[in-house]
Amino acid sequence: MKMKTLSTLALTGALTAGMAAADLVIPDLSYRTGPYAAGGTPFSDGYQDYFNLLNARDGGIGGEEVRILECETGYNTEKGVECYEATKGEGALIYQPLSTGITYQLIPKATVDEIPIHTMGYGRTSAANGEVFNWVFNYPANYWDAASVMINYLTEQNGGSLEGKTIALLYHNSAYGKEPIRTLETLSADMGFELTQIAVDHPGQEQKSQWLQIRRERPDYVLMWGWGVMNQVAVQEAANINYPMDQFIGNWWAGAEHDVTPAGAAADGYLSLNMNRIGDLPVFGEIETMVHEAGNAAGDGSNIGSVLYTRGMYAAMLAAEAIAKAQEIHGVSDVTAAMVRDGMEALEITSARMDELGMANIGPEFSVSCENHGGSGLGIVQQWNASSGTWTPLTDYIEPDNAVIDPLISEDSMAFAAENNIEPGCL
Amino acid sequence: MSADFLYGIEVVINGLMAGVMYALVALGFVLIFKASGIFNFAQGVMALFAALTLVGIMEGQIPFAHLINATFGTEIHHFGWHVPALLAIAMTVGVMVLFAWAVQRFLFRHLVGQEPIILFMATIGLAYFLEGVGDLMWGSDIKTLALGLPQGGARWIEDATAGLGGDDFYGFFIDKLDIVATGVAIVLVTGLILFSQYTKHGRAMRAVADDHQAALSVGISLNFIWILVWSLAGFVALVAGIMWGAKSGVQFSLSLIALKALPVLMLGGFTSIPGAIVGGLIIGVGEKLFEYLIGPMVGGATENWFAYVLALLFLVFRPQGLFGEKIIERV
Repeated sequence: MKMKTLSTLALTGALTAGMAAADLVIPDLSYRTGPYAAGGTPFSDGYQDYFNLLNARDGGIGGEEVRILECETGYNTEKGVECYEATKGEGALIYQPLSTGITYQLIPKATVDEIPIHTMGYGRTSAANGEVFNWVFNYPANYWDAASVMINYLTEQNGGSLEGKTIALLYHNSAYGKEPIRTLETLSADMGFELTQIAVDHPGQEQKSQWLQIRRERPDYVLMWGWGVMNQVAVQEAANINYPMDQFIGNWWAGAEHDVTPAGAAADGYLSLNMNRIGDLPVFGEIETMVHEAGNAAGDGSNIGSVLYTRGMYAAMLAAEAIAKAQEIHGVSDVTAAMVRDGMEALEITSARMDELGMANIGPEFSVSCENHGGSGLGIVQQWNASSGTWTPLTDYIEPDNAVIDPLISEDSMAFAAENNIEPGCL
Repeated sequence: MSADFLYGIEVVINGLMAGVMYALVALGFVLIFKASGIFNFAQGVMALFAALTLVGIMEGQIPFAHLINATFGTEIHHFGWHVPALLAIAMTVGVMVLFAWAVQRFLFRHLVGQEPIILFMATIGLAYFLEGVGDLMWGSDIKTLALGLPQGGARWIEDATAGLGGDDFYGFFIDKLDIVATGVAIVLVTGLILFSQYTKHGRAMRAVADDHQAALSVGISLNFIWILVWSLAGFVALVAGIMWGAKSGVQFSLSLIALKALPVLMLGGFTSIPGAIVGGLIIGVGEKLFEYLIGPMVGGATENWFAYVLALLFLVFRPQGLFGEKIIERV
C-alpha cells in the first residue's frame, strides 16, 4: 500500500514536472512598487496581457501555453538579480530586465547560463553587436539611435543644419543618463552645434539649479534623458521658466502620460521620442474581451492603450514572434532558451505581420542578424496635447545616422570583448 | 552690476527658497526627536502617505480598491464624489492623528525603555510598512494635486528686474510656489512656537522634552503627549507633502525627500525648530551656490553630496548642530 502510494506520488510528480517543462516560461521582472512604479506597472500590464491573450486566443505559441513568472524588482538592481536567479531554473526562455542597471548585471550571468536577454530601447547600447554579445538583443532601437534620431529631427527643423545652435542635454546622473553623451559629442563635432551637459542627481526631485542654468544660457533645444520623478519635475520646471515646450525633447523613457499630466496645461507641446506608435489598435479590443473581461488581466485595465502599456505589449509581441521563429527553425514546439536565441537572431518584423497581429504600424519593419542585434534604430517624435490628454505623432519613423553610430558600437563592443577575453563571432 | 553677479544673487534667493522646502521636511523630524528622542526614519514616508491620502480623499477614491477588487471580483474604484480641498485637508489631518494614535498604541507603547537604536529600527520598519499600506490604499500611479497652488515664475519680479545687469540679465526668477511655501513655513513655525510657549499642552510637550521622569511626576501623560507630537509631525508631513507634491505630482519618490532633510538636521540640530529653518536655509544656499560656482568645473550634480559635506563641516566644530542642546555628560 505504502509502495503504491509512493509510486502514485512519484508518477504524479513526474507528470506535473513534464507538464511544467512543456510550458513556455517567460519571467516578467516587473516593478509595481516603489518610486518607479508608475512606469513599471503599465509596461508589465502590457507585457503580461499580450501573453495572456495568446493563451486565450491561440492556446499559447505554437500550441504551447505561456507561463508567466512575475517577480517584483522595485527597479532595484540587487532585487533584479535575485529575481533572475530565482526564475532561471524554471526554464526561463527570455528576460526583459526593464532596467539598465539590472541589464548590466545580467549580461555576464545570462551569457554563461545561455538565456537570451532582450533590452528594448535600454541597457548596454553596444550590445547591438551580436558577434560580441551573443545572448543580448536591444532591437528595435537603442540610446545612441535615440540621440541621433533627435538630432536628425532638429536638423530637419532647422533647414538641414544645426551649425551654431546650442543644445543642452539634461540627464539622469547614472549609467543610463550618460549613455547618449558619446554620440552627442561626436555629432556635435561633426555638425557644429554646441553641446552643454547638465546632470541631475538621483532621484531628480530638486532641479532648481539645472533650470536656472538653462534659463541663463537659453539653449536652442533641451534634450532629456530622464526617468521617474526627474521627468515630471523637469517638465514642471521648464514650464516655470517659460521654456518653449516644442524645443524640449525627452527620450522614449521620458514620454509617457504620467510624465506630463502633473504639470497640467503647462506641459502642452512637450516633445518626446517613441520607438513605437501608440493609438487605437485592434489588438486592444481583443485584450479587452478575451483577457480583461475574462478576469485574466495583469492590471485593472486602466492602462490599456497608454504609452508604456503599448510598449510592454510590443515587447511581448517581439518575444512571442521570436519564440514562434525558434519553433519554426528547430521544428519543435517546446523550445529551449538557446533555441529562442536563434529565433531572436532570425527575427523579421514586417508590416504584413504587424497588420495580421492587429498592431498595424506599431513599430518599424526590421530584421535581426548575428551582426546586428539592434534592429533598425528608427524612432518617431510625438507631441503632448494637454487639452485632449493624448500624444500625437509629429513625424514618421526617422532614421538614425548609422555612419556615426556603427563605429561607436564597434569600438565599445570590441573594447568589452578585449576586457572579457571574448572571441567575436556568431553562434 | 554685472549679469553674473545678479545671477549669483538669483541663485542665493532660490537657494533660500529651496532651503525652506527642505526645512518643511526637517521640522517633522525635530518635533518627534525633541519630545521622545526617536529619530523618525518614517518622516519622509509620512509626507508621502499624507499627500496620497489627501489626493485620494479629494478625488473620492475608495481606499484599498485594488485589494477589494482582487478579493471579491468587484470593479469599484471611486465613490463618485469629489471632496473640497479644505475639507479633504481636515480629513487627512484626522487620518494622520489616527495614525499617530496607532503608532503609539501598537508600536512604541511596547518599546518603552528600549535603546534609541531599537526605536530607530522600529521607525525603519514603520517606514516600509507605511509605504506598503499607502500603495495598497491608494495605488502606485502618479497623482495630480489639484489644490490650485500657484506655479511658475513670478513674472512681475522678472519684468521689474530685467535689464538691471544689461541685456544678458533676464530678471530674477522666483518660483511662485516657493513664495507660498515660504509663507506657509513662516506661519507653521510661528504657530508651533506659539503652541509650545503659550498653551497647556505645548508646555507639557516641552516638559516631556526636557525630562520624561519629571514630567510624569507632575501628572503629564506621556502617552498623550507622544500622540500629540506624532500628530503634529503628521500635520507637518502633510504640509511638506503638499508643497513637494505640487512640484512633481504625488508619487512614491516623495518619500525620498527625507534625504534632503538629513543634512539640514545635522547642521541645525535635532532638537531646535528655529535650527531646522536656519539649517535649511544654509544648506539650500550653500548647495546652490556651490553648484553655480564650482559645479561646472566638476561635471555638475554636486548638490546631493555637497549638502552633506557642508553638514559634516559644521558637525566637526559643533556636534550638536547650530541650535542643538549642548551635550553635557556627567561623570
